[in-house]
Amino acid sequence: MRLPPLNALIGGGLIGTLCVVAAVGAVWTPYDPLRLSFRHKLAPPSQLHWLGTDEFGRDVLSRLMAGAATSVWISILTVTLAVLLGTLIGLFSGYIRGWFDRIVMAFNDALLAFPGILLALGLLAVVGANKYGIILALGIAYAPSVARIVRGTVLSLREKEFIAASRVMGNSEGYTMARHILPNCIAPLTVLATSMFGYVLLAESSLSFLGLGVPPPAPTWGNMLAGSRAYIGQAMWLGIFPGLCISLTLLGINLLGDAVRDRLDPRMRGSR
Amino acid sequence: MSAPLLSVDGLTLAIKSSGREVVKSVGFTVSRGEIVGIVGESGSGKTLAARAVMGFVPPAVKRLAGSIRFDGEEITTMAPRRLRAVRGSKVGMVFQEPMTSLNPSMTIGRQLEEGLALHRELDAEGRRALILDMLRRVGLSDPEGALDAFPHQFSGGMRQRIMLASVMLLKPALLLADEPTTALDAVVQRDVMELMVELTRENGTAVLLISHDLGMVARYCSRIVVMSQGEVVEQGESADILARPQHPYTRMLLAAMPKRGEPRDLPPVGTPIVAVRDLVVDYPGRQRFFRKSAPKRALHGISLAVQPGEVVAVVGGSGSGKTTLGQAIAGLVPASGGEILFEGKPIFKSDGAYWDYRLNCQMVFQDPYSSLDPRMTIGQLVAEPLRLVPGIGPAERQARLAEVLAEVGLGQGFAERYPHELSGGQRQRVAIARAVVRRPSFVIADEPVSALDVTVRAQVLALFAELQRRHGFSCLFISHDLGVVEQVADRVIVMSEGRIVEEGRRDQIFDAPSHPYTRKLLSAVPALESTADGGVRLFWRLGDPALEQDSGAEPRPA
Repeated sequence: MRLPPLNALIGGGLIGTLCVVAAVGAVWTPYDPLRLSFRHKLAPPSQLHWLGTDEFGRDVLSRLMAGAATSVWISILTVTLAVLLGTLIGLFSGYIRGWFDRIVMAFNDALLAFPGILLALGLLAVVGANKYGIILALGIAYAPSVARIVRGTVLSLREKEFIAASRVMGNSEGYTMARHILPNCIAPLTVLATSMFGYVLLAESSLSFLGLGVPPPAPTWGNMLAGSRAYIGQAMWLGIFPGLCISLTLLGINLLGDAVRDRLDPRMRGSR
Repeated sequence: MSAPLLSVDGLTLAIKSSGREVVKSVGFTVSRGEIVGIVGESGSGKTLAARAVMGFVPPAVKRLAGSIRFDGEEITTMAPRRLRAVRGSKVGMVFQEPMTSLNPSMTIGRQLEEGLALHRELDAEGRRALILDMLRRVGLSDPEGALDAFPHQFSGGMRQRIMLASVMLLKPALLLADEPTTALDAVVQRDVMELMVELTRENGTAVLLISHDLGMVARYCSRIVVMSQGEVVEQGESADILARPQHPYTRMLLAAMPKRGEPRDLPPVGTPIVAVRDLVVDYPGRQRFFRKSAPKRALHGISLAVQPGEVVAVVGGSGSGKTTLGQAIAGLVPASGGEILFEGKPIFKSDGAYWDYRLNCQMVFQDPYSSLDPRMTIGQLVAEPLRLVPGIGPAERQARLAEVLAEVGLGQGFAERYPHELSGGQRQRVAIARAVVRRPSFVIADEPVSALDVTVRAQVLALFAELQRRHGFSCLFISHDLGVVEQVADRVIVMSEGRIVEEGRRDQIFDAPSHPYTRKLLSAVPALESTADGGVRLFWRLGDPALEQDSGAEPRPA
């Protein structure tokens, strides 16, 4: 039997571990992630607390496990929302062209010119700072860049002769879009979605840092990282472990994304 | 005869990673002032062998053996510094793609000056004078203006002239021309080739012409080297090779050259299957913010009719509107005026007529690499048109798929494969299968074989003719290649600048053209006639006094 490519192995391993941790964290953690214990505050990693405790004596490992589900869930939903929204806009805009395209893209470019975080902040102020607010705000903030990429891909695809061939066959525009254009957008989309996953994890941290993320005391990797800043001198484990979790997740997602893209591309099959 | 200018001996090149030999023990010579052609199909190693002469071998390829002597010096062991001095000043090169061989961000003047500044000791004034002279010589109407112009302001033919000017400025002893006119249309091709021959003859420059087009090579070269799969299979005087080919591959190449088909009995003129009346197509002008520039008219009222079972060819140079005509008839570009009738019924008047037409009209495109969706298997691609045909169930669909794949010479095993696993010729077979799977009554073929190699082209054309004979569909065959048209067409329509300039039976158009543009088109391509002993004879339609003596061709007997 042939081994799957290395990027799929490592990526799959990292993401698999993450999923297990998140699933376990949802039902069981070594300690209650919310229980305060001032006797053990800022304890370094030890046998009792493997990854140490924070400024309120909460167990870091427990909080990381509990936060994993929240952070990853937020990121997945946000990326899905952004990709769906952006693909829809980009697909129609690029395929229909004309005035529709110009108006939509002018609007899209205006949004792109805004820093994503700033846009999300504004939207959060409207929808309120909670988990679903963050998903909605970040999803909308990241959709324009997806729309741009998809539109560009569609523009180059629609001039290809196989699109003309589909029209000559008598296929409807909708069918042509779904059958011939959309599947050929998948390669750039997977690359984009995986790198976006990382940005969203970080953006969620930034929002938490600004106090607009998931409200405390519920743990997320982002607000744990944000909270660690004040104690970076005394208790560096507070920042290192959430940071490590975010980095490893990003690495895993990117590797897995590459592997998925290669797998989905018929041109890559059988060439190895 | 003195020592040859260039002698290549036992040259062997191999791919570094796999060790596969792509050029095997190739040897040929070029004398001073001589024009030698290397002919071969893609993958024959002709370009690699020629580029090795300049020391341009891709990094993935290494030389295993052989020597290349240029003007008494060994190129293969030459120091890089010396090699650079030889390139450009003694050996010049003209590439295939005029669109990319000039730097788009530099003015023509500066690009031409580069070589002169590097290899000649001249001041700016002297360089300018030389450049202006040369630009005038290659036929630019406004050389002064051209100095400050950028490449995109010129047409493909003009760019190739400029490229030629930049190379010939240095009066090299050898010019390598790699498919120099393949990207140009027939009329321009002839002009550029003739300019090249004149210029090199004036300067005593030898030419190594690399091409897949045996007709063109035979026309301009005194000697021909035929390559196949990395080996030289035959070389000799042009006239000998044409008249008495020795190697089977050369014979196959010659046999694959398009020749006039047998005239067919055409059905009596009745209701045409497709008729076009006064078709006008405008391309919208460029859209600015608030205003639109004037639309550009691509077709000025075209009328034509295709009878059932008939093959009508549309020929013309680039920009003649022939492709637009095909697309408009296929419904890919909207018509601004006129009407299209299918079996006598206007297709835009009722949905029923439109659908009837849509199901019966299919198209084969030029580029087999972009006309197949890369994410679909061959089976899915070929069966896709059946989706919209009423009354075809899954079982019947499978049966039809198998039948059509067999018809185009691809077995059932291809159904699971993807387009990228297929060669260009196989892909074009898939495209043809997709077009005929519905059993259409009308097929539009837009340059269906111009992206294919000579022998593959002959096979695909034979397949097309066979399918056409078996199923009796009518065909609008759009092509710039007169040889192919002569082989397949029953009737020919000649287009120029969006208008039909001449129309008639094939033999009438080819033997007695009346419009000057048709005559110009015909005089640009050599014609072939098979001889009894397996060779061919090359002749020029309408006579061509200038080059007959040198190329071994004879004027056509009256």
